[in-house]
Amino acid sequence: MRIRLLSLTQAASVTAIFVCANAWSADVEVLHWWTSGGEAKSVAELKKIMESKGDTWKDFAVAGGGGENAMTVLKARVVSGNPPTAAQIKGPSIQEWAGEGVLANLNDTAKAGKWDDLLPPVVSNAMKYKSNYVAVPVNVHRVNWMWVNPDVFKKAGAQIPKTWDEFAAAAETIQKAGFVPVAHGGQPWQDFTVFESVVLGVGGADFYKKALVDLDPNSLKSPTMEKAFATLRTVRKYVDKDFSGRDWNLATAMVIQGKAAMQFMGDWAKGEFTAAGKKPGTDYVCTAAPGTANSFTFNIDSFVMFSQNTADARKGQADLANAVMSPEFQEIFNLNKGSIPARLDVKLDKFDDCAKKSNADFVATSKKGSLVPSIAHAMAVPAASAGAMQDVVTQFFNSDMSPKAAAEKLAAAAKTK
Amino acid sequence: MAPTFVCSLIFVYGFILWNAYLSFTPSRMLPNYEFAGLVQYEALFANERWWVALKNLAIFGGLFVVICLAVGLFLAILLDQKVRAEGFIRSIYLYPMALSFIVTGTAWKWILNPGLGLERAVRGAGFADFTFDWLINPDKAIYTVVIAGAWQSSGFVMALFLAGLRGIDDSIIKAAQVDGASLPTIYWRIIIPSLRPVFFSSLIILAHIAIKSFDLVVALTSGGPGNASDLPATFMYAFAFTRNQIGLGAASAMMMLMIVAAVIVPLMYSELRGTRRG
Repeated sequence: MRIRLLSLTQAASVTAIFVCANAWSADVEVLHWWTSGGEAKSVAELKKIMESKGDTWKDFAVAGGGGENAMTVLKARVVSGNPPTAAQIKGPSIQEWAGEGVLANLNDTAKAGKWDDLLPPVVSNAMKYKSNYVAVPVNVHRVNWMWVNPDVFKKAGAQIPKTWDEFAAAAETIQKAGFVPVAHGGQPWQDFTVFESVVLGVGGADFYKKALVDLDPNSLKSPTMEKAFATLRTVRKYVDKDFSGRDWNLATAMVIQGKAAMQFMGDWAKGEFTAAGKKPGTDYVCTAAPGTANSFTFNIDSFVMFSQNTADARKGQADLANAVMSPEFQEIFNLNKGSIPARLDVKLDKFDDCAKKSNADFVATSKKGSLVPSIAHAMAVPAASAGAMQDVVTQFFNSDMSPKAAAEKLAAAAKTK
Repeated sequence: MAPTFVCSLIFVYGFILWNAYLSFTPSRMLPNYEFAGLVQYEALFANERWWVALKNLAIFGGLFVVICLAVGLFLAILLDQKVRAEGFIRSIYLYPMALSFIVTGTAWKWILNPGLGLERAVRGAGFADFTFDWLINPDKAIYTVVIAGAWQSSGFVMALFLAGLRGIDDSIIKAAQVDGASLPTIYWRIIIPSLRPVFFSSLIILAHIAIKSFDLVVALTSGGPGNASDLPATFMYAFAFTRNQIGLGAASAMMMLMIVAAVIVPLMYSELRGTRRG
């Protein structure tokens, strides 16, 4: 009997310890697909910060693609009523998920952390659903970059183009000199990435917003859009013939190795240059795509937070939100990833010139109103319409469709719901 | 009831019914059980990419089945001539079967890439005008899928035919020889007709490989250039899982089921009737 009593008290104290432990630490499960080199390093930083706050980090990484596999897993978890603490979701998908009523409200954390003051309105609005914070921004990528190998330009005797008209002339000169003018990978999202930079350069930020964000049918069918398609056809002319299906980083390698003169790609391309030991300004030049120097297409990664039932879980969630927003994390993460911090007050001393330029343009365009969401990277319109429009662009890029027909098809595709 | 029976009841037929219901709903990102009639089917048949996928399936399915049957039968007949080292040769032809379609697709992607593989090799050998750029030509890309698919599956069909050939009674052939029939006539009139059941099972296996074919296209062309080599399975995946259009994806999956049924049911029916009569 005594033994029994003893074991009972023991059991009780063990339980007490567990309860205590629970009060201090929360399991934080984060779904993400940052599994490659620099990205994985960045996530490890986040894990370290969370563990220093006493939370238990449960990594829920699903590799593959642009997160398609992760999304499939996430849907299954949410439908079965067992969502993770947070998941890597961005753009209008945030609002789609919030519309399902499964996301947590982060207003208290946001208020305490003064997010409204720290984030530019374009970013904070993207994190909100019906004016409540439901997501935390991690970084800002600029998409309308042009990566240039200045050596190739010098050898060919061409000038780095500032407008699309100059582009055609420069590309012709470069091709005659025996180089590939444009390094491009023929995958639908890459075609779409080039397309959005072309639209921005040909039509300007206001036109871009009307056509590719508000999906105004008249703008989509306008002569300006036809001109954009005609310009895209010009770009197509200066792509080498083996471009089909090539991955973006192999296209970047062509620029690094001096086989190709330029590539239109977001700032994640910088990681490839850095890994090859190249220096910005001398070995490669980062400049805005022709005609887009005064605008900025953004692609913001973010974490959405799912509703949690227990106070512990909510505490862990708040810790995670604060950790992601902290200047330390924003700095180290973006140094690894090649993007810039989403909050405006992070010191950029450790960043390179491309990131500094990106940041300066980010602040300037956000004031001028020429900061626009990237449609090719699921920031501007819901997945269904963006996908249908991407189909049209990639079909145009790989056929001899007329610009007029393409513009009309684009307007029809934009109606997809 | 046996557990396997219950499992297949739920996980095959149960989910087919669930999917059928989803195809009549306006489901987008998550399943939504409101009834919406034929909206998704209307959207599906108004979608140009779906028609491209169907046309590609017709080209790919037709050529894949015919080429595999022809090559498989031809190889089996050659191997049946009591050649030396038959086991060794048979393994070589069967070996592609051991690879997954992902491996096949990736290998052929490299072989067919004009800048890396065949075209470059032949040009390097001195034929400067040689071009073989089907992989990057939107009109020809689907044929590269046929090439890779036939390479992978012909050996398997050969093994089926070889087994069938070995099952034919020698005395019939000997009797035909006594009657003075030439070898081609024996094959054409006696051996090939008696392989009918093998044709039937090969056809069913190949047809369903063709219709559900997904990994091969993903690895070889990713549906490209553009969407020129899309198949219904890649279409379904894209819409259901990456574009938040589960309803449309479900509708396309139902259409794939209908295609399989349309091919297999008449075949099975005629075959079953044939055996009953025989």
